[in-house]
Amino acid sequence: MRDVAIVSVSQSTHQRSLDHLNEVEMIQPVIQGAFEQIDATIRDIDFVCSGSSDYLAGQAFSFVMSLDAVGAWPPMAESHVEMDGAWALYEAWLKIQSGHADTALVFAYSKASPGDLPRVLSRQLDPYYYGPLWPDSVAIAGLQARAMIDAGLTSEAAMAEIAHRNRTVALDNPHAQVKGSASIEELLAQPYLSDPLRVHDCPPISDGGVAVILAAGDKAHQWSKRPAWIRGLDHRVDSHNFGARDLTTSPSISIAADKAGVAHGKVDIAELCTPFTHQETIAVKALGLGDDCVVNPSGGPLAANPMMAAGLIRLGEVANRIMDGTADRGVAHATSGHCLQQNLIAVLEGEG
Amino acid sequence: MADGSSNELLEAPLVIEYPFMRTTGPVIGAFLTGLRDGRVLGITGADGRIVCPPVEYDPMTGAALTEMVEVGTEGVVTSWSWVTTVREGQPLQRPHALALIQLDGADTSMMHVVDAGTSDAMSTGMRVAIRWADEREGLISDIAAFVPAGAQ
Amino acid sequence: MPPYDNDRVVVELTNPGWSQPEIHIPAGGGDGEPVQRIRVPAALRYRYNPGTAPTEFLLALANKKLVGGVCPETGDVYVPPRGVSPVVGRPTSGTVEIGPNGTVTTFCVVHIGFGVNAPPTPFVSALILPDGAAVSLYGTILEIPIEQVRTGMRLEPVWVDDDELTTSFENIKYWRPLDEPDVDPDLLKGHM
Repeated sequence: MRDVAIVSVSQSTHQRSLDHLNEVEMIQPVIQGAFEQIDATIRDIDFVCSGSSDYLAGQAFSFVMSLDAVGAWPPMAESHVEMDGAWALYEAWLKIQSGHADTALVFAYSKASPGDLPRVLSRQLDPYYYGPLWPDSVAIAGLQARAMIDAGLTSEAAMAEIAHRNRTVALDNPHAQVKGSASIEELLAQPYLSDPLRVHDCPPISDGGVAVILAAGDKAHQWSKRPAWIRGLDHRVDSHNFGARDLTTSPSISIAADKAGVAHGKVDIAELCTPFTHQETIAVKALGLGDDCVVNPSGGPLAANPMMAAGLIRLGEVANRIMDGTADRGVAHATSGHCLQQNLIAVLEGEG
Repeated sequence: MADGSSNELLEAPLVIEYPFMRTTGPVIGAFLTGLRDGRVLGITGADGRIVCPPVEYDPMTGAALTEMVEVGTEGVVTSWSWVTTVREGQPLQRPHALALIQLDGADTSMMHVVDAGTSDAMSTGMRVAIRWADEREGLISDIAAFVPAGAQ
Repeated sequence: MPPYDNDRVVVELTNPGWSQPEIHIPAGGGDGEPVQRIRVPAALRYRYNPGTAPTEFLLALANKKLVGGVCPETGDVYVPPRGVSPVVGRPTSGTVEIGPNGTVTTFCVVHIGFGVNAPPTPFVSALILPDGAAVSLYGTILEIPIEQVRTGMRLEPVWVDDDELTTSFENIKYWRPLDEPDVDPDLLKGHM
């Protein structure tokens, strides 16, 4: 296996609605930022892979247009996943592992503001049984939260604490959208949005993007004094039929964590792409994280949740803290689908 | 007409719309035929548990499944959340519960709505029953909604 | 090359592959035809904002003008402008007026239209390079017999009436010939 590292991370300042910019205008400065950090250009990149979803802004093939922001001339090797950019990173990592590239640019973005996101996400459901009911994504997450509460694995108060903690640390994150939190008492006094979930239990709707540069071996050393090496990378999926699985556990996170080697060392930090408060509890348990692990130092998706980018952002946030020496070893998690249906786990490590 | 100002925020409505005709295959087709007939079918999983709504392949092992069985038209709420902001296309255009319902004889839950009136009327473990649509055509909406049992 | 052997055996399949297993349905169902397909229409509604550079393009169209974005490195003008030069990945350095006349860079004759807005068939569908631009715009060509349409011919846009102008590319109804000499097609290479 080749040694591959994240050497540069760039994010937008995530916002509820960037209505004066199109997706190309939104992502271009983010991509340029990733290059400027390491004084590189697109000519130094062997492969480009992006993650996005046309359904969010209602623009078919919008990801093709986003290549304007890359400067894809002369024509280059490029790919796209209709998924979170974390899976685009997985594809880029495979490309490098197979020897077809030494460097890669991975980016992800979305503008969910033009549509009704909770309704759009109902298109991820079984088209025969559930899609025609048009359930919103918050009510579906509420089913999992209720299951957690009924099983005694969390409570509305514990969920409020998670919201409070994440948004408070987000005050130190210049890219975060929702920074700071009311007190837990004030949070619990709010009405339900979708009983048992309150507004604070849910992620914000965010427009934004992220770009990450991968490099193998010596190239990584050339671009970063302390690259964030990808020591493990795996993704698994649970059944799409969430009436047939236990919503309080995540076997896919546990298996991916095992295959990625999470338990092979101390985990200093973990960035979890758990957009709903009750899901952080599920992921922490499935990963076997101890009390000495700092969870979501960036504030996580509760502070900013640009769809299709939030997972790649988690990898970027862990990588940044390894590159700047704050942490030596970290875990990043990305998710896709309702109720943590599909999950990716990355283990990142710094040397020296 | 535009005033020529470059600070103007232009906006236009955009509708993405598809008529989608989906073939069902024999398992999903049998389930939907059952709904049209006023009965609910599940399918026997690889480990013997009854999966409803039925699937073609076992959710855990991937084995092809073939033995369908009839399950009840009443069951138990295994989880629920409350919907106050109703949206286009939902089965009920008033506040309602989104719920997982395990029908009698099934070992898995089906997601659908419960017309409970208020969230106070909802609880995990309560019994609910199908309210059938007046006219059924072989769609999941042949189940108009679930209602608290005894309230049909 | 050896002669092609149509009868050669490539591989023998011992297992004929997947076949639909028979599904056992309990007795007690109705007499109707089994459901085999369902119609499940889906509509998603959005409020679309075009973004900064496309807004300039649309505002110009309301004034019967075409504009494009300038590449900061090559000076090439891209249309419709998206705010970024596609060959360098940098913001365009400005917006300039192009056309409104243009040159056919390629075209085809459509015999089977689709969509509710298609013109009567047969019609000419073309890529038209506005004067001063590096890439072409899509348009239809009328007011000329189809067999006389050729690459390199000069065109002008035909606009809707002034009181029908909006911030929309539909302000251009179609393109028609200009009485100007054709452009040498060799000069049009790379400008589609």
